[in-house]
Amino acid sequence: MILKLRYARDSVFRIMIALMTILVVLPLFIIILYVLINGGSAIRPDFFLRDLGSPIRAMTGQPSGLIHSILGTIIIDLCALFIAVPFGLSAGILMSEYPDNPLAPPAKLLTSTLNGMPAVLMGLLAYALIVKNSGGFSAIAGSMALAFVMIPIIARAAESSLRITPWSLRENGLALGLPRWIVITQIVIPAARPGLITGILIAFARGAGEAAPLLLTSFGNNYLSFNMSKPMDTLPQRLYSLAISPYKQWHVMGWGGAILLLFFVIIVFYVGRKMTAGMEARAEQKIH
Amino acid sequence: MTAIHNAKLPAYCRAPGDKVFKGLVIAFSSGIILLAVSMAVILWLEALPTFRKFGFLHFIQSTTWDPVRAVHGAFPFIIGTLITSFGALLLAVVPALGLAVFTVEYAPKPLALIINYTVDLLASIPSVVIGLWAVFTFAPWMREVFYLPIYDYAAANLPWLLPIIGAPSNYNLVTATVILALMIVPYTVALARDAIRLVPADQREAAWALGATRVEVIFMAVLPYARTGITAGILLSLARALGETMAVAMLIGNANRLPFTLFGPAATMPSLIINEFREAVEPLHYTSIMGIGFLLFLLTICINLLAAWIQQRLMGKQGRIQ
Repeated sequence: MILKLRYARDSVFRIMIALMTILVVLPLFIIILYVLINGGSAIRPDFFLRDLGSPIRAMTGQPSGLIHSILGTIIIDLCALFIAVPFGLSAGILMSEYPDNPLAPPAKLLTSTLNGMPAVLMGLLAYALIVKNSGGFSAIAGSMALAFVMIPIIARAAESSLRITPWSLRENGLALGLPRWIVITQIVIPAARPGLITGILIAFARGAGEAAPLLLTSFGNNYLSFNMSKPMDTLPQRLYSLAISPYKQWHVMGWGGAILLLFFVIIVFYVGRKMTAGMEARAEQKIH
Repeated sequence: MTAIHNAKLPAYCRAPGDKVFKGLVIAFSSGIILLAVSMAVILWLEALPTFRKFGFLHFIQSTTWDPVRAVHGAFPFIIGTLITSFGALLLAVVPALGLAVFTVEYAPKPLALIINYTVDLLASIPSVVIGLWAVFTFAPWMREVFYLPIYDYAAANLPWLLPIIGAPSNYNLVTATVILALMIVPYTVALARDAIRLVPADQREAAWALGATRVEVIFMAVLPYARTGITAGILLSLARALGETMAVAMLIGNANRLPFTLFGPAATMPSLIINEFREAVEPLHYTSIMGIGFLLFLLTICINLLAAWIQQRLMGKQGRIQ
């Protein structure tokens, strides 16, 4: 009798956690489905050729699109990556290759702390540092804010992918009489390359989806602009503005923008997974 | 090739390379330390006029936020942040643990792989996209299906509940909390999964050998062992929830006045920053928002350090076992 009860409890538990799993996984598919259904009609040639302009343009059915946000996202995101990579990569190298350095432990602690820091605070910092001193919202300030978000992400990814390259590789190099910096740059980094590139990709994708710091720094712009010292538009912050706007046509464009962001994130996710999966498989082969 | 080529150089030619490289690495790495330090210092300096005018403690305790009368208190936003974050944690932890246990202990490998991919992908969906979906479909649906019927029932039968639940609006505390829970679930899952994977096979086999059923193995042998790791994971998820900005700012309705009701609008620290920062023309309004930012910084750094400390202790423990 008691045994039966225990078996019954076992199967009840099994059903419960299967249900919980469905509960967590289902929303992702619902979100993707809704975005595709609602945004599909927005994806037209004009969407990729025109900028947004004033609300009147969309209301009266004149052609408008999000090209300014798409290009702005790419420009601001690439600049941020350009700023962030040297800092993030160096911190990763310091933590993994020079663990005895007195700077390594604090760098490690601060990397994990900064990784958990809300991105909106990076926006406040970039505002206080750049926007306030340069006299206005600008794309450069936006890039800096995004770089602040990216640096800890890259640092952590670099550290973990450098760390899993086997020590014997370094020892081989050092035993040949190679100086340490050549061992690091010519042996360790090439071996860890897939992990490093994945980390940089993840940082790039994160930056492309980040709206909060950009709302406070690059501000947004309804028109196409390539001036880095002036406000520039990006997709995530435009999505926010479109979603809270009162115009039906803009809501549809918001869904269209969401398709682009989702598409981009899923591609980066897939590529990153492919690369790290290959690396892990090779690492396992080496062990066996 | 270059490696071999360089190696042929005599030692005195190679010597500066090491020093220069190490110097560069250290110089750039100090950037990350500088970033963290300047964040604390600059947020504090920018917020200083507000702290001077109202007093640090009074700023935290004061319940009035009225930019027009130049009175600023952070209390409503602290409360809003704490309610949404802990509410989201409450909603997220049990399903996240269930999913982690399911993928590690029950699911066949291909299924577990698919589930893990899905959850990790959920973590990388931008906050605004989830916010957009929730604004246009989830929030109206919740209102129709839950808030209005509950409100009607309470109005007819349980009038004492009304001040707590409030008049149902489209954007409110509960919707924001549910969406927040959805957004932190992937983090909780990932960290709980790692903690459960670290449990040694002996631990499980010992319980199996005693004749335990699967659920008993999990509750007797696996979860107690993974407890520390799961706690750290929950704390890190809490830190995420505290700082989650865009989706909450789009869904919470932005009411700056206490008391908040469950079905009525509210505000959190990040949502306030997003909604008012661009309109803050008065210097005191600006410094007060920076003050809110500084408080948010303090809150997240405390929780992150606590989680790091727990994880460190966990690492130490496992090091000893090996």
